[in-house]
Amino acid sequence: MLLLGDEAIAQAALDAGLSGVYAYPGTPSTEITEYIQSSPKSRTDNIHCKWSANEKTAMEAALGMSFAGKRALVCMKHVGVNVAADAFMNAAVTGVVGGLVFVAADDPSMHSSQNEQDSRFFGQFALIPILEPSNQQEAYDMVYEGFEFSERCGVPVMLRITTRLAHSRSGVKCRPEMPQNKLRFSDNPRQFVLLPANARLQYQKLLAAQIHFLKYSEESAYNNYFDGADKSRGIIASGIAYNYLMENYPEGCPFPVLKIGQYPLPEKQLHKMAVECKELVVLEEGYPLIEDALKGVLGIGLKVRGRKDGFLPRAGEFNPDIVGKAFGFEIPETQPVPEVVKMRPPSLCVGCGHRDMYEALNEAIASKADESKVFSDIGCYTLGYLPPFSAIDTCVDMGASITMAKGASDAGLKYPVAVIGDSTFTHSGMTSLLDAINEDSPITVIISDNETTGMTGGQDSAGTGKLEAICLGLGVDPAHLHVLIPLKKNHDEMVRVIRDEMDYPGTSVIIPRRECIQTIGKKKKLV
Amino acid sequence: MRADIILSGVGGQGILSIAAVIGEAAVHQNLYMKQAEVHGMSQRGGDVQSNLRISDQPIYSDLIAKGKANLILSLEPMEALRYLPYLAPNGWMVTNSTPLINITNYPDAEALQKALDAVPNKIVFDVDTIAKEVGSTRVSNMVMLGAATPFLGIAYEEIENGIKRIFERKGPDIVSLNLKALAAGKRIADESIQI
Repeated sequence: MLLLGDEAIAQAALDAGLSGVYAYPGTPSTEITEYIQSSPKSRTDNIHCKWSANEKTAMEAALGMSFAGKRALVCMKHVGVNVAADAFMNAAVTGVVGGLVFVAADDPSMHSSQNEQDSRFFGQFALIPILEPSNQQEAYDMVYEGFEFSERCGVPVMLRITTRLAHSRSGVKCRPEMPQNKLRFSDNPRQFVLLPANARLQYQKLLAAQIHFLKYSEESAYNNYFDGADKSRGIIASGIAYNYLMENYPEGCPFPVLKIGQYPLPEKQLHKMAVECKELVVLEEGYPLIEDALKGVLGIGLKVRGRKDGFLPRAGEFNPDIVGKAFGFEIPETQPVPEVVKMRPPSLCVGCGHRDMYEALNEAIASKADESKVFSDIGCYTLGYLPPFSAIDTCVDMGASITMAKGASDAGLKYPVAVIGDSTFTHSGMTSLLDAINEDSPITVIISDNETTGMTGGQDSAGTGKLEAICLGLGVDPAHLHVLIPLKKNHDEMVRVIRDEMDYPGTSVIIPRRECIQTIGKKKKLV
Repeated sequence: MRADIILSGVGGQGILSIAAVIGEAAVHQNLYMKQAEVHGMSQRGGDVQSNLRISDQPIYSDLIAKGKANLILSLEPMEALRYLPYLAPNGWMVTNSTPLINITNYPDAEALQKALDAVPNKIVFDVDTIAKEVGSTRVSNMVMLGAATPFLGIAYEEIENGIKRIFERKGPDIVSLNLKALAAGKRIADESIQI
């Protein structure tokens, strides 16, 4: 089968007796859940595959499924791991009953993200095994075996992928289908009750398991030592970084190569390489995790080259040219990009309701420009930063628009405006709004509602049809809650409402609501 | 056998439908294939590309190195030029000539033409005109693919079979329309290569 990395993960989970996938959409992880949603098996075998409100609720639901003995998959982008972190860290302490595979999809070079944090640190932090595939087949195999591995280890197992693997397609061979687990509970009543007395016991168990995790790594089929005649250098390459190395040595690499696909790092193989080779080169996509581990703070003795000594760039994803250049291969002079080629940044679709919202906001705010700032959030409407709108001043993390507006208000900013999408609002904006309401902070919150999760391709949004009820329930004054239709013909009304609410010295919410034109288009195609 | 292809265009133009047909044909012939796609933010009207690699040997990198692409296949002329550093010295550029202008500083027609003229091996034509002659602009992408068939390293009949398998579900009329579009593109290529 020709599958995206994401699809290979999904297919492997389906084949390995999955009972449920839990996720919030986020590039580059979205297609895992979408593949399961569109597979006939999810319906015939009653596999849970609805979107979760955010990554934390996804992680908790997956842990609940594991608690009940069944196999669960939980998927998110790297910054989603931050949201899920509380549940994720503690799930390592409770451990699992049914196998739990946690997919963290990193985005080096920030193709669609705010940072390029490396999820392997989270796996290491939680003291659980990490698997890192170098191609789509390995991604399939690691997930297929991952559930059983998780059950054997007694903890969740992390699968760490990067954008390039997630969104690259290749041939994948599938393995026999397994049945789902039966409902079954832990025979240890203390396991999932992390009161300090129990947590200390569970934590000791987790610490005692580390030696086994190390042994599994050293014996793993995903950690391979390929000997080479030239011992002047030993190369440690993890995940897809291995591919860029081999692309540069089509006839085979002359140096010994340790291909890393499983953590904790296999100490035995690393020792062997350190003893045999003059210097070590580390190729890893993301942060210098392996490099730091080998080098330590003092860097005494061993010569280790990588991202930190300038051998390779410190930031960004690799490609064959970057790796080739580091190894001294001449990169051919090729034709330059002609000068006529201009940047073509993404933009809000023609006809999108966010456009009408920003046009009204910009006009409403114009007379108060000196005393107002616009705090935005994560989604299509972040593109309001670009011309012709140039409408926003911040974009930090899911839900930060409302709470940053509140903080700036606390600091004395007179007219803070928050712009947040409907899906982002239910993901992490509701608690932010509650904070503002509890102090009646004079902020104007615009929930630009396109009734979908737009940027990731139009997934269901958890709050569709419920936003007014949520706002009123949180305590928004009904006189300062407005629903508008963002269309040209309503422009003047929108400007007036936004202006009035900016003048109101308390928390107000404006909901411009019009369905995403992309999802309308998709529905039309289906008919 | 080895083909390294860069597909390019603007988000929403549907370069992946072209990749799907080539991929189908490649896999059917038991060739190795890797195809890196762009999903997410750029799909909203930004520049998009896909690296498609086909070989009878295992492929390591998902990405094509500079100067190694045999073919740039583009649905938009400025987007074809963007990837010139990746084109091999004897590689071909096959592109739609009609600009998609969604930025304010898009180059003027003359400057764009000059840059296109400077590329030695190329096929540049207005794909929508040809697609309309065939029957519908909805098959523009298959016309484009047809014009690239001499450079794919896969037999023309295999690409035809790929189309048949992919569009089978949509009925014989759709299959034959897409095959006609492919053939129309192929004719453009044959004429251009002769000159």
